[in-house]
Amino acid sequence: MTAAMTSLERVLATLGHQEPDRVPLFLLMTMHGAKELGVGLEEYFSRGENVAEGQLRLREKYGHDCLYNILYAALEVEAWGGEVIFRDDGPANAGEPMILDVERIRSLEPPDVAASPVLARALRATEILKERSHDVPIIGVVMSPFSLPVMQLGFEAYLDLMFERPDLFDRLMAVNEEFCVAWANAQLAAGATAIGYFDPVSSTTIVTPQAYRDTGFKVAQRTIARINGPTATHFASGRCGPILGDVAQTGTAMVGVSGEEDLAALKQAAAGKVSLLGNLNGITMCRWTAEQAEAEVKAAIAAAAPGGGFILSDNHGEIPLQVSDEVLHAVAEATRRWGRYPLDWVDA
Amino acid sequence: MDRVGARETLMAAAESADVLGASEQVVTPALEHIGDDWERGSVSLAQLYMAGRIAEQTVMEVLSQDGSGEGEAPQIAIAVLEDQHALGKRLVLSALRSSGHAVTDYGLGVTVPRLVQRCQEDKPRVLLISTLMLPAALHVRDVVDQLALSAPRPVVLVGGAPFRLDPELWREVGADAVGRNSAEAIELVDRFTGGAR
Repeated sequence: MTAAMTSLERVLATLGHQEPDRVPLFLLMTMHGAKELGVGLEEYFSRGENVAEGQLRLREKYGHDCLYNILYAALEVEAWGGEVIFRDDGPANAGEPMILDVERIRSLEPPDVAASPVLARALRATEILKERSHDVPIIGVVMSPFSLPVMQLGFEAYLDLMFERPDLFDRLMAVNEEFCVAWANAQLAAGATAIGYFDPVSSTTIVTPQAYRDTGFKVAQRTIARINGPTATHFASGRCGPILGDVAQTGTAMVGVSGEEDLAALKQAAAGKVSLLGNLNGITMCRWTAEQAEAEVKAAIAAAAPGGGFILSDNHGEIPLQVSDEVLHAVAEATRRWGRYPLDWVDA
Repeated sequence: MDRVGARETLMAAAESADVLGASEQVVTPALEHIGDDWERGSVSLAQLYMAGRIAEQTVMEVLSQDGSGEGEAPQIAIAVLEDQHALGKRLVLSALRSSGHAVTDYGLGVTVPRLVQRCQEDKPRVLLISTLMLPAALHVRDVVDQLALSAPRPVVLVGGAPFRLDPELWREVGADAVGRNSAEAIELVDRFTGGAR
């Protein structure tokens, strides 16, 4: 049996395609910290101190292997001047698109990361997490330049732009890339260990593999090369099997994969090239029993954990607030029970 | 994507039937085929969107020249519940209109009280609800419960990411059926309206 490792050692070992002491577990919770603090979501997100405290309490409670600095996915669009709508039972969401006339893209400039109040809150959370934790990866988050336009323009207008206005598409990518790099590097400077590069539009659920190679792939290659730390590309429940080899070429270290794909087949395709993160279904997780949680954890570990290169997580990058503490405890406990290397029970 | 080819195909089919009949023979099967391919992962959402948009534009353009398609249609309404993301609704709306269904669009970011109010005013026979986030999907239960207070309530059909990721969620929220894609939406609407256009 491998000697007990810290969370950071465990994650680094698996990213090196080695078997650590046990399968690392990332419980990517953005909202459950508010429950720990006994406050509403809008109040929780109003201070970086709250988010840091929530993350530390959650890790204490479940013993998983990361801290997560993100407030909500729409914070970037808020930094760009867009509207964000808060609610009590789910993540804050982007309101109406901030760019209603695509011609505005010609004069669009990225926001100054250092001057944005909402980004400052996430950076403050990161700094506190860095001060108060040891040997635990702190995961920062950016929305990819290729996927951010869904919130900037709306999905429909973005697809129209992508297919019909290549000049404005290229200009938007250039502006977004500058912002993405600056925002990622600010998080790394504040103490983040790695950056989650969320890129759902690149998934084959949204665009064809060839369209990805012509667009999102090139954007990712350019952007990731300028980020001063490791990245994990996440497709937020979108499928990526047909492009997995291309994604590995973008320089990313890990890929967040969909619950709609065959995890064992993905692991076979990824082995030695890129590590996998996933792929528990966060939506059905809301109704799991503890027994189901254990069964799902066992199935994912059996499919992808042998040989390392795998971190167990949900498949979306954000566990719904409706997932109960009981189920989260069951996932964590099952990972500790069934994820210990060597995984002798898998072959049996 | 071949807009000209799509128009020529529809026009050719319309020579032996009216435009709506031709649309049913040509456009609906094509969209169903593309929807099935998306389900299998061989077609992207972007292609599905473009196909739906071209189909809707083509049918509407030919219909406006033909003058057919007018008449009393069963009332069908569609809304995005509590979200500004329109793509799912757009796909379904395009597919339904391309297949000859008249649909009232209640728009984006519709709240539960507003949706219930619109349905009580308009009394649609079928209500399609598109959602993106789980909390909105769970609020379909509130819509169904409140609509049930003023019978007959419309048939409630749901779609969107939460319902795709959890195949049982539609039952939990009290919907009458779930459509995994725009082709399934056409099938469901036809089933609940008896195929009337």
